[in-house]
Amino acid sequence: MAAKETRILLKHADDPNYSTSIDSYLAVGGYKMLEQAVTMKPELIRAEVKAAGLRGRGGAGFPCGVKWDLVDRKSGKPIYLICNCDESEPGTFKDRQLVHKDPHQLIEGIMISAYANNVALAFIYIREEMPKGARILRQAIEEARAKGYVGENICGSGYSCDIIVHRGAGAYICGEETGLIESLEGKRAYPRIKPPYFPAVLGLYNCPTIVNNVETLCNVVHICRMGSVEYAKIGRPNNTGTRIWCVSGHVQRPGYYEVAGITMGELLYDLCGGPLPGRKFKAIVPGGGSMKILRYDERFKGKNPDGSEYEYGVDDIPLDFDGVAAAGSMSGSAGMMVMDDSVDIMEALANLVGFYSHESCGQCTPCREGSLWAKKITWRMCRGDAREQDLDTLVSMAGNIGGRTVCPMGFSTTWPVQSYVGKFREEIEAKVRENKVGMRGDIRLIEK
Amino acid sequence: MANSFGNKLKPETLAEIEKIIPRYPQKRSALMPVLQAIQDDQRVISNDAIEWVVEKLDLQPINVLEVVSFFPNYRQKPIGKCWVRVCRTLSCALHGAYKVVDILEKELGCKMGTTSEDGSITLEYAECLAACGTGPGALIDEDLFENLKPDDLGPVIAEIKKRAAGGVPTPTKG
Ligand SMILES: Cc1cc2nc3c(=O)[nH]c(=O)nc-3n(C[C@H](O)[C@H](O)[C@H](O)COP(=O)(O)O)c2cc1C
Ligand code: FES
Repeated sequence: MAAKETRILLKHADDPNYSTSIDSYLAVGGYKMLEQAVTMKPELIRAEVKAAGLRGRGGAGFPCGVKWDLVDRKSGKPIYLICNCDESEPGTFKDRQLVHKDPHQLIEGIMISAYANNVALAFIYIREEMPKGARILRQAIEEARAKGYVGENICGSGYSCDIIVHRGAGAYICGEETGLIESLEGKRAYPRIKPPYFPAVLGLYNCPTIVNNVETLCNVVHICRMGSVEYAKIGRPNNTGTRIWCVSGHVQRPGYYEVAGITMGELLYDLCGGPLPGRKFKAIVPGGGSMKILRYDERFKGKNPDGSEYEYGVDDIPLDFDGVAAAGSMSGSAGMMVMDDSVDIMEALANLVGFYSHESCGQCTPCREGSLWAKKITWRMCRGDAREQDLDTLVSMAGNIGGRTVCPMGFSTTWPVQSYVGKFREEIEAKVRENKVGMRGDIRLIEK
Repeated sequence: MANSFGNKLKPETLAEIEKIIPRYPQKRSALMPVLQAIQDDQRVISNDAIEWVVEKLDLQPINVLEVVSFFPNYRQKPIGKCWVRVCRTLSCALHGAYKVVDILEKELGCKMGTTSEDGSITLEYAECLAACGTGPGALIDEDLFENLKPDDLGPVIAEIKKRAAGGVPTPTKG
């Protein structure tokens, strides 16, 4: 039987009769959970979110309830909540849907989370390139304020919390939570070092701060609605709830698919319609441009409960945090980029390395210099100007970026270089040997 | 001593700036929205503007300059009447973004990464616009254009030319 979507967060998003107005949201039962939440003890809501097993949808998959437990509630300082809508990881376009099509769901999620954590002020940090999203959110907040769901004395409970929509200005690094916080303080978005700057303790204005992704916060509404027990039945243990996968590149039906408990093959074939006519899948970047690439013909080893081993392929990978991790990559931001046999893998690498060198914030030498170095090498390989030692230099240099920087962005150069070269070495070596421009040629992936 | 830059701003922009600042727990946090409001109004962040913001937010010049120079989308050179940003990142490139760029450069008479001499069009690359499933994509002023097919760019080109010939586009509300 063909796999289907499990639409919970996107239930109304594409309904032609549904709009971003508060009336639409109220008509489908919106803000009921907030009304109920503010009559409960905050710690009960936190316990529910923890019991539901909700893992962060921004990239790292950190359990949301555990993150909330880490908040320093004894400092006497105000606690802030930041909704991360910087959505900039190549291949990811799910937060865009949630914000542009159902803004009140997000606002309800933010307000419940804020109440649950005694938050005094919440922010939505939205990338500059979503000007309409910012406007939609601001309007939705004003509508919600007029009805008593945002601002003073929420639902008559005596609890007050406002939301500020804060626009970025085109820097990918503002998606990294401590870079985001610096930016929100009006500074360059240079990430802060952990320890001591764990946001839960020393975040915005050195106050305890929660940073959660848009999709994570939307899930909170549904955990309240369903209860943690029912919610945790969706998906596999430790991978609860749905995920919105964004599929782009060479499939018949690219798009966003909210699913639970399916395999990568079911997503690629049943939902996305498989490869383009006459083409074959070649490689898949499962979770946003930073993540390690999978070769479509790669085989993996799994263990049965009795300890015996079995083999499986890309199509069999369970499409969730643990499933993709077991295959040696990460589900990251769930931005899946699919490449077929028309793609020159070296050019694909060069394209992404170009992204990460452009976006390195410049604070740490290994990332700033290393990503630029990687760009220069990969670009000259694609332009037929490679040097004999280039491939070795590239690999050894890339191995010295990730883990040697303040924030994890160093890995965004390390992982693609290591995995693309590691898994497609023959093709890349042949390209370097021939040293010609555009071997496969039909789609150009970097500047001339 | 307050410089007179504020007089250049539209009354709505000034009102908006006055409204933004007190919303933040610390004044300095209002820096980005204030810069955005100024850029939307003036299509550039000039040295005068920077000095004005320094006074407005009680900062040092370096505090403002470091932010203006860090973020790619704050501009110290004026942005054209129509601002075209074409995504070059992988998913869009896989669907022919670079071909789209070749055609746009030719049809608009504007080199990539520049503003046309008459100041009407700014044509640039953008990095992933979070619209990868419908690529190639481009942000034209405030509007996202998706599925830009290299062989069917006529309507987009006409739209860009229309905006470039018209007045200053409706600014983003900071
Ligand atoms: C370089 C870098 C970029 C990131 N970009 C984003 C982003 O655009 N959106 C996001 O939600 N998280 C992003 N993250 C993850 C955030 O740092 C943070 O972990 C996340 O927002 C936490 O929310 P969650 O626990 O709900 O997932 C990024 C991390 C790094 C290292
Ligand atoms: S790659 Fe172009 S929008 Fe993401």
